[in-house]
Amino acid sequence: MDLLRFITAGSVDDGKSTLIGRLLYDSKSILIDQLEAIEKQSKNKEDGEIDLALLTDGLRAEREQGITIDVAYKYFSTPSRKFIIADAPGHIQYTRNMVTGASNSDLIIILVDARSGVVEQTRRHSIIASLLGLPHVVVAINKMDLVEYSQDVYNNIVIDYANMAKSLGLKEVTYIPISALKGDNIVEKAATTPWYEGEALLSILEKVQVQQDIDLEHARFPVQYVIRPQTEELHDYRGYAGKLHSGIYKKGDAVTVLPSGVTSTITAIELNGKEVEEAFAPQSVILHLADDVDISRGDVIVKSNDQPNVAQELEVLLCWMDTKPLAAGKKYLLQLNSTVVKSVVKELQYKVDVNTLEQHASPEQAVLNDIVKATIKVARPVAFDAYKKLRTSGGAILIDETSHVTVGACMIQ
Amino acid sequence: MSQYRLDYLDQLESESIHIMREVAGQFERPALLFSGGKDSITLVHLALKAFRPGKFPFPLVHIDTGHNFPEALAFRDMLAEQIGEKLIVRKVADTIKAKGLTEPKGKFASRNALQTFTLLDTIEEFEFDACIGGARRDEEKARAKERIFSVRDEFGQWDPKRQRPELWNIYNGKISKGENVRVFPISNWTELDIWNYIRREKIALPSIYFSHEREVLEYEGQLVATSEFIQLEPTDSVVTKTVRYRTVGDMTCTAAVESVATNIDDIIREITATKTSERGETRIDDKVSEAAMEDRKKNGYF
Ligand SMILES: Nc1nc2c(ncn2[C@@H]2O[C@H](COP(=O)(O)OP(=O)(O)O)[C@@H](O)[C@H]2O)c(=O)[nH]1
Repeated sequence: MDLLRFITAGSVDDGKSTLIGRLLYDSKSILIDQLEAIEKQSKNKEDGEIDLALLTDGLRAEREQGITIDVAYKYFSTPSRKFIIADAPGHIQYTRNMVTGASNSDLIIILVDARSGVVEQTRRHSIIASLLGLPHVVVAINKMDLVEYSQDVYNNIVIDYANMAKSLGLKEVTYIPISALKGDNIVEKAATTPWYEGEALLSILEKVQVQQDIDLEHARFPVQYVIRPQTEELHDYRGYAGKLHSGIYKKGDAVTVLPSGVTSTITAIELNGKEVEEAFAPQSVILHLADDVDISRGDVIVKSNDQPNVAQELEVLLCWMDTKPLAAGKKYLLQLNSTVVKSVVKELQYKVDVNTLEQHASPEQAVLNDIVKATIKVARPVAFDAYKKLRTSGGAILIDETSHVTVGACMIQ
Repeated sequence: MSQYRLDYLDQLESESIHIMREVAGQFERPALLFSGGKDSITLVHLALKAFRPGKFPFPLVHIDTGHNFPEALAFRDMLAEQIGEKLIVRKVADTIKAKGLTEPKGKFASRNALQTFTLLDTIEEFEFDACIGGARRDEEKARAKERIFSVRDEFGQWDPKRQRPELWNIYNGKISKGENVRVFPISNWTELDIWNYIRREKIALPSIYFSHEREVLEYEGQLVATSEFIQLEPTDSVVTKTVRYRTVGDMTCTAAVESVATNIDDIIREITATKTSERGETRIDDKVSEAAMEDRKKNGYF
C-alpha cells in the first residue's frame, strides 16, 4: 500500500465538496455519527438526499458563509492506497491556499462544470498547477447529468482544455466525465456514459504512478539536527539527522557539505536504530562521516559527483501571501528546508497574470495572491536546485522578520 | 526500481520523524505532551526513532486531570522509566486550588476544560516554546484545518484566520516572545494507520485498550466506567460488560466499547468493521455542540 496526496480545485459551485464527499462516502470512509451529523444539517434540503458537501465544511465561519476559506485535509483509503486530499477553496482571493495545498500534492483534480466549460478559474488553477510543478492533472468534467451525458459537450471541453494544457506545458492530463451528485464514474464506471472509454475516477487515482515522481537521481540531504549523546560509551558519536529529500546514499559515498564545500565519505547510515548499507528518499536517517568536519543544521550533504547550485542571488517566482504588500528593497528571512538566512528582495521583474500568463513588467509592488518574478539576495550562499528540476530543493518560503508570519512562497528558477 | 519503494506507513513515519527533528532543530525549550494514550505512545516511539542513541531534546509532560485511568498512569510511569527520559507531571487539582477555579458539576463532571489552565501554566513555568501533541486531522473537522506547526498566542489561543500557510516540507517555527507553537507530527495519520503501525512496530499499550471486564454505567447508549468521579443515581443501570477503550481520556468523558478484542489484530478487525468514528463513539465531550472542538482550541486547548 502506498500514498497519494492530491488537491482538488474548481470554481465555487463546480461541485468540489460534493465530489470529495462522494469519494469519502463511496469508499466507506464516513462513519455513522458523522453521517448523522450531516443528515441533521441536510434536513432543510428538499430532495431528502444527504448533502455530501457538508462533510467537508470545517470551521464555523465557513459554515456561516457557506464557503470554504482554508485548506482542509481529508483522508481515505482503499486496499491499494492511502489518499490525502488537500481541499483548497477556489475563489480568486485564495490563490494562496491553492498554492499551499498544491505544494504538497502529487496530483490535482481540476473540476469543470460541464455547462460552462473551461472558464477563467479553470485556467488559473491550471496555471498554478503548472507553476507548482504538479506531475499529474485529472480534469473532471462534472455535472454531466445536467447536459444529458452528452459526448459532444464532453469532447468540446476536452479539446479546449488540451489546447490550454499544451500552452502551459502540463504533461500528464487525464479527462473524465462525472456526476459527483449521482456518483457517475466516481467509484464505478457509469452506464450513463457508455462512450467513455477510460476508467472511473477512483481507479485512476489508485493507479497513477507516483513512485517515479520521487527523484532518486540527485541526492540531497539537509541536516536537521546533530545527534551527540556525549555519554561515556558513545563519546565520539556524532550523527547527522535528516530526511533524504531526494536520491540514494550508500555507505562509502564521497560527499560534499554545502555551502562550505568540505568533502568527506559516508562511513555509516542508520535507519531506525539499525545500520544499513544504503538509504533512499524519502527516508529519515542518520548519516555518519569519516572526517570530523564542522556540520550543523542548515548544511546540505550531497554526493560529490552531483552537486546543486550554490549562490547568493536567487531568481524566483514568488507567490505573495500576506495582506501587507511586498515592495522591492524589503528584508525577510528566507527558509529553504532547514536553512534560514536573511534576505532582501532586490527587484520585481514582472508580475504574472494568473488568468492569462501574461507578464506585466516592473510592478511597483506585489499584493496578496500576486505571482511575481523577483530577484532575492541572501546574506550567505545557499545550496538549491531549480524548482523545475527538483521540487524538494527548489521551494522556499519568506518569513516576515517581525511578525514571523510566512508571507511568500518562492519557486527558485 | 521497486526496491526503492516505501510503504505508506514508512512514508508517514518518515514525515513524523522529520517534523520531530524540526522541533529539535528550531526550538530552545520544546516539550512532548504525553497522556498515556495510544497516540502519544506512538509519538514517543517516533521520538525514539528520531533521536536515539541520543537523549530526547525535550521532556515528556503530562497534564494530570486527576480523573485518569490508573492503568494509563501506571503505563506512563513505566514507559518514562524504561526509556530513561524526564517526565514532568502537573496536576489540574493544584491549579484549581491555586487559582480558585470552580470544579465542574454534574453527573460526568469533567475537568477537560480546566486542563487548559494547567497546560498554559505549565508552558509558562517551563517557558516551553513548542509543545508536541498527538492530535490527528482525521479526528475532527476543526483539526482537519489546523497546521502541523500551529502558532498560539500567549493565551494559547488558536486563530484559524491567522494560520500561516504551510508549504512543501518547510515548517516555520519563528515566534515572538510569549507565543508558542503546538506541533502535530501525526497530523496525517488516521486512527487505522496508528493501529496498523502499533501492530507493525509491536508497540506496547496500556491494558485498557484490550478487552476486559469492567463495571460500567449505561448512559444514553454509551458505556462509562463507574469510578469515584461520576455520580450514580439509584435509577442508573450499572452492569458488568466486556469492553475496551478506543481512546484514553478522562474516566468521566471517555466511553468504552463492547468488545472481545484481546489483541491488536482483533482491534484492527473491529475498527475496520465499525461504522462509528473514534471521537463519536467514545468522547462524551465533543457532543455538546457542532463546534465544540473549534471553541476549545480557540481557548488554548490542544
Ligand atoms: N446536477 C448536479 N449537481 C451537482 C453535481 N455536483 C455538485 N452539484 C451541485 O452543485 C452545487 C455546488 O456543489 P458544491 O459541491 O457545494 O460545490 P463547491 O463550491 O465546488 O464545493 C450543489 O448544489 C451540488 O448539489 C453534479 O454532478 N450534478
